[in-house]
Amino acid sequence: MTQEPLLIGNGAGFSTDYTDAGIPVVDALVRSGKPAVMFYEMLAERTLAIAQRERVANPDGGYAPYMVEALEPVLRTCVENGVPILGNFGSANPMGAARRIHQIAREQGIRGLRVAVVEGDDVRDKLQRIQMSAWEEEDAPKLDALKVISANVYLGGREVAKAMALEPHVVVTGRVTDSALALGPLIHHFGWRVDDWDHLAAGTVVGHLLECGAQVTGGYFADPGWKDVPDLDRVGYPIAECHADGSIVVTKPDGTGGLVSRRTVIEQLLYEIHDPAAYLVPDVTLDLTEVEVEEVGPNRVRVTGARGHERPATLKATICFDGGWLGEGEISYAGPNAFGRARLAKETVEKRIAALGLDCRVRTDLMGFVSVHDGDSGALAAARDGSACQDLRLRLAVDAADERTVERATRELEGLYCAGPAGGGGVRRRQTWRVRTASCLIPRESVDPKFRLVTADDA
Amino acid sequence: MTPDDLIEVELHELAHARTGDKGDRANISLVPYDPAAWDFLRKEITAERVKAWFAHRNAGKVVRYDLPKLPAFNFVLDDVLQGGVNGSLNLDGHGKSLSFHLLAMPVRAPRALVDAARNARRR
Repeated sequence: MTQEPLLIGNGAGFSTDYTDAGIPVVDALVRSGKPAVMFYEMLAERTLAIAQRERVANPDGGYAPYMVEALEPVLRTCVENGVPILGNFGSANPMGAARRIHQIAREQGIRGLRVAVVEGDDVRDKLQRIQMSAWEEEDAPKLDALKVISANVYLGGREVAKAMALEPHVVVTGRVTDSALALGPLIHHFGWRVDDWDHLAAGTVVGHLLECGAQVTGGYFADPGWKDVPDLDRVGYPIAECHADGSIVVTKPDGTGGLVSRRTVIEQLLYEIHDPAAYLVPDVTLDLTEVEVEEVGPNRVRVTGARGHERPATLKATICFDGGWLGEGEISYAGPNAFGRARLAKETVEKRIAALGLDCRVRTDLMGFVSVHDGDSGALAAARDGSACQDLRLRLAVDAADERTVERATRELEGLYCAGPAGGGGVRRRQTWRVRTASCLIPRESVDPKFRLVTADDA
Repeated sequence: MTPDDLIEVELHELAHARTGDKGDRANISLVPYDPAAWDFLRKEITAERVKAWFAHRNAGKVVRYDLPKLPAFNFVLDDVLQGGVNGSLNLDGHGKSLSFHLLAMPVRAPRALVDAARNARRR
């Protein structure tokens, strides 16, 4: 327990993020000579269901697929300089991830590695015995009707802090609230109490700003001529300097690309927020309405004023279940009267699929004219004239319960090669298995978090 | 032409925005380039107007949360993802591109505010 500032760095904001992103961040943390931790957020809502399926196929697998590639270049530096690494890369198999990290240590000759594992987020086996209630305005999921693949409760910063108390080099979790990967080390470092609401709110803001990696340093932001970002190809991932009073400065490593400004920080502050006065995480109810954001130097932004209220009585859980199949097919038309030909292709494929009488939902778009902004009814495209568009790609999307149906439907698009309008080329087709998610609330008492220290001898 | 004259621009000239998603619900933040434009946007970009602008996406309830200290707005739009990332037929199931649909909305704004936003971007 100490009042010295803690530096928190982030090296990944989602499961397929750049795997070299953490390297300059770790170097900057080490150069600072200050107490520091590093975290990787690699687990989206439905990633867990995919990982769960992998684990069924391979009992050693089911952790984040790019964890090894992200950790290999930084593990030694972090261990030797006392910078703990935290990550939710445990996914559906935290123990498997811990063993794999020990394997990296063995390969690199790193001795005495200590890995703390947080478990207890997986509630699938006791789902039928838990009293679930509705989340926001959704109905509570009706389990009987669903093919449940995974069910995980969001653990919080308190659980991550307990893992930090085991003095590990690496903390591996499964499902935790993303921001808890930063809040946990702050609770551990500053000794914040369970009802220290304003501090817990400030620590949640740190995690929230950093959990998407480059989204606070110029990624998902650049709009050339309007919001310019230098050297986006070398975008630096974020570092937060966190003070005992809850104030923070967001920055990035010297010599990297990207940008930390009032604008990048405000955009990320509100990212995936609904009511800014009541953002619920396991540890606190976060109120952002009094937050102030101020540039205090080049690529240095101070954030103050987060307020906390009592934590929610329940925990959020995400249930993943079989969502059927998505089929997609595309074909291109370019040059004179491309719009006329692409529109004929669209009508042709729609009529042919309708004639098959398949049990599926169908949508078509002309990419290069109107696509992602339109609704399923095509109302936006119907109100516009695309005759000037000369490089178009017809996209077909089909949704059905089984793979065979979506394959049957998208094959009609491939048929356009020989039987459709003139000059159609570049067909691509694929079928993707879908995972659907539902959220619900469960009582805290139904959850029993477990903490394990895995040493080289155990692994 | 005086600074008070109204000119029609895309909202993109006055503000920037970012979409986030949770389930079948999207949020879009709206942040004026020049903080002085916040009051004007508060009167112009109402939840009703945003709901109408997203009608082709089956927008259900739309709520605008005001954040005068930042200053910014947060719009929460129900149902516009038409199934969300796991259920949508849209190429962009997350709705990540939707912030730029909001920014394409035409606005009649005082010339002085449009100039101020342009100058604020250059600073």
